[in-house]
Amino acid sequence: MSVLRVSHLVKRFGGLIATDDVSLTVEEGEIHALIGPNGAGKSTLINQLCGELAPDAGRVELAGRDVTRLSVPARVAMGLGRTFQVTSLLEDATCRANIAMAVQAREGLNFRIWDRIVARQHLWDQADALLAGTALAERSAVAVQDLSHGERKQLELLVALARKPRILLLDEPMAGLGHVESQEMITRLREVGAQTPMLLVEHDMEAVFALATRISVLVYGRIIASGSVEDIRANPEVREAYLGAEDELC
Amino acid sequence: MRLALGIALLALIALPFATEAMGQPALLSLATRVVIYAIAAASLNFILGYGGMISFGHAAFFGVGAYTVGILFAHSGGDALWGVIPGSTNLLVTLPMAVLLSGLVAAVIGALSLRTNGVQFIMITLAFAQMLFFFFVSLTPYGGEDGIIIRRSNELFGLNMRDKTTLYYVILSVGLVFFAGLSRVVNSSFGAVLQGIRQNERRMAALGFAPYRYKLYAFILAGMGAGLAGALMANFLRFASPDMMHWTKSGELMIMVILGGVGSFLGPVFGAAAFLVLETFLAGWTENWQLALGIILLVVVLGTKGGIAGLLDRMRGRMK
Repeated sequence: MSVLRVSHLVKRFGGLIATDDVSLTVEEGEIHALIGPNGAGKSTLINQLCGELAPDAGRVELAGRDVTRLSVPARVAMGLGRTFQVTSLLEDATCRANIAMAVQAREGLNFRIWDRIVARQHLWDQADALLAGTALAERSAVAVQDLSHGERKQLELLVALARKPRILLLDEPMAGLGHVESQEMITRLREVGAQTPMLLVEHDMEAVFALATRISVLVYGRIIASGSVEDIRANPEVREAYLGAEDELC
Repeated sequence: MRLALGIALLALIALPFATEAMGQPALLSLATRVVIYAIAAASLNFILGYGGMISFGHAAFFGVGAYTVGILFAHSGGDALWGVIPGSTNLLVTLPMAVLLSGLVAAVIGALSLRTNGVQFIMITLAFAQMLFFFFVSLTPYGGEDGIIIRRSNELFGLNMRDKTTLYYVILSVGLVFFAGLSRVVNSSFGAVLQGIRQNERRMAALGFAPYRYKLYAFILAGMGAGLAGALMANFLRFASPDMMHWTKSGELMIMVILGGVGSFLGPVFGAAAFLVLETFLAGWTENWQLALGIILLVVVLGTKGGIAGLLDRMRGRMK
């Protein structure tokens, strides 16, 4: 059974078809990369998978259950995790508090008005454990608004992981990262991918080829090709539509 | 901080002696009103400052609290309301009833208005409050637009509640309990989620929190706080009238929150004090006191980051 199954998904904005009969799956142990030029409809697709945007037709299934009509929080509760392309974090809160909030979301008991959040040691311990060994460890007490872009990107991933998702949707985790940061992110994602299946939307071809076990190519809302890294590299249609003038893929 | 709070507390306790020594009993009444409005403004600040919900109908709950006291008093002679609900003049009955009823009204208003966001939310809360206002204006059995006169304040442990000083201490005690409770709520698990929703609702949804439920819960709690303040006000004025829930009263509460500092714990206390002191002194000085107040509000909003509380924070930072 696929962790995520998308069948014949369609989304129109007026006359524009942003998602045109898209079907794809993410299997256990898989890093399924979704590539495509700007405006191909990748973010629109991700937003439908998360539940922020309702599709006009088609189905989304999470571990065999139809979630097409479920809200964002309901899908998250079923194990869907995501990161945002433009980082979306609690700006006033510290790094550590952002992660603790994700742990809090998973553990529940959140309608309690008479406990003390600082005394929920379990949350902070787990946040610290996730931070340990990362570049963010020594920045844990810094407010998000004072973090660099690269640090925010890393925090996005840690926050998503703190929720212990069964599947991760990553919306351009490499976007805007420097070379060293990208390398670190690739290493990190490979570790995560060993345990958690992913749908990886990414522009950085180096990262895609380094991580993906399968690649699908989205152009004008349609998936024009899907296959292994080698298949996609060799596919003339993909070169034509997406990679254009580039002679050699990485 | 602890020291400052301790000194402030002592000053509040010593206040009746000071006003008596100065021969200024009106100051004690002013202080009592500050405590009551501080509770109401703090309850608004809970959803506005901590939760990011700009409710423009908060006086509705203030009024419901006041009317609860008034209507229970009106039926305390023996004729039960609808023949079943006996009236009461005991503060230990009327206060919880006021809190409960305003919470129920907040649950209904919140459940409907929290389906909207932004400007629509502001307008719909305003509309609900005005509906309640007109409802009470037309409620002639309880005085219509003249309101209900409550001939004596509620009883409490046989204290002489006619005495201004006693009443001040009772209201101050309720206020202290309220703020202690509010401090717990703000620092609780729920408080953390609420503040997360204010900062980034989309992120909180992506973590699995359904924002609507949390916002509704906060809205109900805030309504209960305002109802408590209203019930105290009815006891203090010995009067409850529709004016207490007029939209201008909601506006005043909002001004107090903004003056004091949105989202700061003690901001509403400073804001309520500043507003009422300014009102008292400017009104004694000129008929057009609202113009002067408007200018001061403008200066505070444009000139201070985070109202009076923000200003105090920065002064303290500079002294270090």
